[in-house]
Amino acid sequence: MRHRNKGAKLGRTQAHRKATLASLSSALIEHKKITTTLPKAKALRPFIEPLITRAKVDTTHNRRQVFRHLRSKDAVDSLFFDVAEVVGDRPGGYTRIIKIGRRPGDGAEMAMIELVDYNDVKPDTGSSGRSRTRRGSGKGRRKKKDSTPATAQEPETPDTAAEETPAAAAETPEAATDEAAVEEAPPTAESTEEPKQAAADDVADADGTDVEASGADPDDEKKDA
Amino acid sequence: MANPKRRHSKARTRQRRSKYYNSLKNPEVMECNNCGSPKVYHRACPSCGFYRGRKVVEHTELV
Ligand SMILES: [Zn+2]
Repeated sequence: MRHRNKGAKLGRTQAHRKATLASLSSALIEHKKITTTLPKAKALRPFIEPLITRAKVDTTHNRRQVFRHLRSKDAVDSLFFDVAEVVGDRPGGYTRIIKIGRRPGDGAEMAMIELVDYNDVKPDTGSSGRSRTRRGSGKGRRKKKDSTPATAQEPETPDTAAEETPAAAAETPEAATDEAAVEEAPPTAESTEEPKQAAADDVADADGTDVEASGADPDDEKKDA
Repeated sequence: MANPKRRHSKARTRQRRSKYYNSLKNPEVMECNNCGSPKVYHRACPSCGFYRGRKVVEHTELV
């Protein structure tokens, strides 16, 4: 039974494993971003995060406790001086692991692990578009259906129209009449496409096939046309 | 040494393999949001090194 056996062994003895993790930690503290295999990256995270937490309070005792694991004075210094300051008040979750793919040779899954605070770019989740569609009542559902055939040009236009409307409205909040005019414009642009899309949907429904699942098949284009 | 008692027919082999090989699936692939080339979900793009709108791997260290 795999009870109370968490953590990866990495095919190493305990001493070898500790040395590996110490070495990986030192490398991560020095470079802020390293590329390694996915299992090593995943093993490194629960190893180094408690050390970073400890580094927030600079005491001799803490330094010695961290040194037990890191076994490198340079790494401990860098951790307590530089990293701890940049990390600041972050309540855990100091590292980010991004999978890269498989390396040639042995096909091992590779990953990039980095310190979040040194590489803090707001990730483009791509969900902004999705959340925007959720706001509209019927529009969202129709758009979701359309977004699957990526080859079709129809979803582009409503998207930009929807983006422009709030922006334009925000620019002229006091001019209510202008706002109404602006809001009126996109529906006309959409209405030209609506019959097309409705027709496409009808075809899909009539066929009873799952057009969404088949994605951008060449058949879809035929159907749309 | 243990030896087979009966001949193992082609049908038995093929039935077993049909289950197995039909269960194998290619990884789900999407178009990269940055460069448009095909990439596996939840992985950095192999051609441009982008993941979620930011370059995460340099070209030289790409695998
Ligand atoms: Zn790409």
